[in-house]
Amino acid sequence: MTTTETPDTLRRILDYSSRADPYPLYAELRKTPVARQEDGSYVISTYREITDILHDPHLSSDIRNLSHPTAGAEEQTTPAFINLDPPEHDRLRRMAMRHFGPPHTPGLVTGMEPALSSIVGGLIDDFAGKEQIDLVDDFAYPFPVTVICHLLGVPREDEPRFHLWVNDIIDSIDYNPKTDPKEKLDNGIQARKDLRQYIGGLVEQRHGRPGDDLLSRLANDDGPDGRMTDEEIVATANLLLIAGHETTVNLITNGMLTLLRHPQVLQRLREQPDLVVPLTEELLRYEPPVHIIPWRAAYSDITVADTVIPKGSQIMLMLASGSRDPNRFHDPDRFDPDRRDNQHLGFGSGIHLCFGGPLARRETQIALTELVRRVDRPRLVADPPQYRRSPVLRGPIHLHIEQNGN
Amino acid sequence: MTSAENLQAFKREGRIVVVGASLAGLRAAEALRGAGFTGSLTMIGDEMGEPYDRPPLSKQVLTGWVPAENTKLPRRREIDAQWLLGVPASGLDLAGNHVRLADGREVPFDRVLISTGVRARPWFVESEAALDGVFVVRTREHAEALRRALAAGPSRVLVIGAGFTGSEIASVCREREIPVTVAELAPAPLVGALGAMIGDVAADMQRAHGVDLRCGVKVTRLEGDAQGRLRRAHFDDGSTIDTDVAVVALGGIRNTEWLQGSGLAAGVWGIACDTGCRALDLNGLITDDVFVAGDVARCPNPIYEYRLISLEHWANAVEQAEVAAHNMVSGQADRWPHLSIPLFWSIQFGVNIKSVGVPTFADEVVVTQGSVPDRRFVAAYGYRGRVTAAVSFNNAKWLDHYRQLIETAAPFPPPCPTPDQPADMKPVPVDFPGPTLLAQGATVVVTGHDPSERRVTAAHQHR
Ligand SMILES: Cc1cc2nc3c(=O)[nH]c(=O)nc-3n(C[C@H](O)[C@H](O)[C@H](O)COP(=O)(O)OP(=O)(O)OC[C@H]3O[C@@H](n4cnc5c(N)ncnc54)[C@H](O)[C@@H]3O)c2cc1C
Repeated sequence: MTTTETPDTLRRILDYSSRADPYPLYAELRKTPVARQEDGSYVISTYREITDILHDPHLSSDIRNLSHPTAGAEEQTTPAFINLDPPEHDRLRRMAMRHFGPPHTPGLVTGMEPALSSIVGGLIDDFAGKEQIDLVDDFAYPFPVTVICHLLGVPREDEPRFHLWVNDIIDSIDYNPKTDPKEKLDNGIQARKDLRQYIGGLVEQRHGRPGDDLLSRLANDDGPDGRMTDEEIVATANLLLIAGHETTVNLITNGMLTLLRHPQVLQRLREQPDLVVPLTEELLRYEPPVHIIPWRAAYSDITVADTVIPKGSQIMLMLASGSRDPNRFHDPDRFDPDRRDNQHLGFGSGIHLCFGGPLARRETQIALTELVRRVDRPRLVADPPQYRRSPVLRGPIHLHIEQNGN
Repeated sequence: MTSAENLQAFKREGRIVVVGASLAGLRAAEALRGAGFTGSLTMIGDEMGEPYDRPPLSKQVLTGWVPAENTKLPRRREIDAQWLLGVPASGLDLAGNHVRLADGREVPFDRVLISTGVRARPWFVESEAALDGVFVVRTREHAEALRRALAAGPSRVLVIGAGFTGSEIASVCREREIPVTVAELAPAPLVGALGAMIGDVAADMQRAHGVDLRCGVKVTRLEGDAQGRLRRAHFDDGSTIDTDVAVVALGGIRNTEWLQGSGLAAGVWGIACDTGCRALDLNGLITDDVFVAGDVARCPNPIYEYRLISLEHWANAVEQAEVAAHNMVSGQADRWPHLSIPLFWSIQFGVNIKSVGVPTFADEVVVTQGSVPDRRFVAAYGYRGRVTAAVSFNNAKWLDHYRQLIETAAPFPPPCPTPDQPADMKPVPVDFPGPTLLAQGATVVVTGHDPSERRVTAAHQHR
């Protein structure tokens, strides 16, 4: 009942022309919750099936368990924990978490709040006198980047260098051998190398010099699981740096775009700043920064909604589609910050649930509250805005906003 | 009036009484208001003060991390109820539709919810239970008293009973570096709930944390000094230990005595109900206006052959309360069954233990993921070839999957390999201590011959 061929829908979703509004296509995709593609991979688009599979221990995040490894798999390096399975995944994530959150470092996110507010405040101060701002370049990008650099202990001055690397890496994630020049893939591979080398250099400097930043702690602290190797630290830091770059930017930008499209909600947020907490959850459901988990591997035969996905198959999870599934969310295409029981898939689910989720939430909450409070009568210059290329990490590449009611 | 009009009138101005104002009672009251019940709502509770949460009592409260008075249950909405606190209900009159209070008052109702829970089983010798230094942990006052005793730095604590509460208390003692002896009649801790294999893991865990764990022994006597202070404990193997604090953690007694003579199917095993939380009467017939929820309820579960199961689990109390509340204000056709898979958690010796399903409903158990020596694993339970429960040690994120296996009656042992799988995946017998409950005295006798005459009456308690 669930397995029919709908390769066309997926192709249209991945096509750039659908970027501004992929949601009708997701609805089409959901008619077949588990859809086998021509190449033998499977696309899963409904809430129930996505959550089931994200909690299924037969699902693997390790590329080596795919029978047809995807592009980029040829690199022989230590994977970050996002690409590993238990027990290695658990061990590395635990070791990183020791320094990043509860129970060992419970106050990290709350402790950063003053810093977050001051960065946000500073960026908004710089809007003064401008009639038009680009919410991405002037705000949503520099904010999380500053935060993640600070947190990791990466010099902010080096940002322009790794900005380029990260862009090349993100581009290569969407690599499609049928339409893209191989150069794109090669650039991605080179950028990964460069970034690893760069971070490796920083880690080396940190040895024997305990400090408060994450790189120093990872390089110097021993926990019950021992210490990460330098390679593991580099892989972890790369992951956090890229994730810290790419997702919060989209969440904040999508958030502001959504608010500008829903002026009553924007007005409400201005009047009751506490609304930002459920509002951010609703954003993570309604316009999430991560739309797709591009691949997981079936470690054994996996049964989802009566469909058997054979061992070694590639599985693509359409998170943003699941969060708009009418069988799970009432009136899912409505942006409703008062929504109750909002168990969205914005941060995924299961053991790979977004590591940076608490930080991303707080960053977004502070950013949106302050933008709404301080930017005078903001208006969208173009709707829809121009989107970034990626269907996976989806968000506007620029979001031009006029202020002061001009 | 049609039944729909009746129901509307009842929702508008009916009278609902909740007996037992704790977790289940409060959550039901909130759900009643949430469902649009605007009539009068009365909460009867024998404890003073607002409803509070019990799980922290044997954990964060004893370590001193959370003060006992900070365990108040969060309110999800205003319930606009009349609170009758500090006085127990002493009877239920189903002919006259009122609850009797111990102080002689009578509270009339149209519908009643019973959520009187359980109380701690006290030490069996009253004079010994009264010794200074002998504790139980069920209420906030208990926990606060024990916290103070632990803070005073006792030379040794004796925990009697290594179920979840006893094991958690032992864990807190070790965290506070207090020497602790745990006495357990069964061959290992947690055996009654999780079986012998997990029991062995729990035993290793306790010993690794320096607990003086003594299994297969019975504490026979608690000995006090002339001032009435606990000094020594005697075991049935002839040994003794010197101790100044003993915690009796021998489980609970269901608070059903006040229902004697009410005609409800209530007894030492709880109050029987259907999956809609409607109480059964003595004859096993469903009542219309009496509902039960929480630790005191005994509810059939279709997944487990419709057996009547009582659970002392936080989530179960909340879910039953919500189902009961919904059904109290809904017509026959809109009633919900309570069908959720049981869920339980505990934290001890730095390990997060969590279970889904009913592990006692199993004949075999197998470790399916992770590593037992590392105390990070999932074990699945099976009964006659299907999955019926699972327990995780520091691996809780997988349990949703096992819940689904239980719901879909998936084959046991689970056949497909996963990453992080132990080399040896052989199911072993689950091995619970015998079903002692069945051996208890009769609670009812049947009388009458003609089908129209056959009735059940409560037997005199021979205990
Ligand atoms: C120390 C401790 C630790 C726990 N830890 C966990 C845990 O980690 N995980 C978990 O899932 N569960 C745990 N539990 C179990 C959980 O707290 C219970 O399942 C839950 O409290 C049940 O709620 P209830 O409302 O049914 O009953 P109760 O909480 O027992 O409430 C019943 C109330 O009714 C009152 N009452 C009794 N008789 C009368 C009467 N005649 N008239 C008026 N009032 C009356 C009682 O005094 C009490 O206030 C723990 C329990 C304890 C005691």
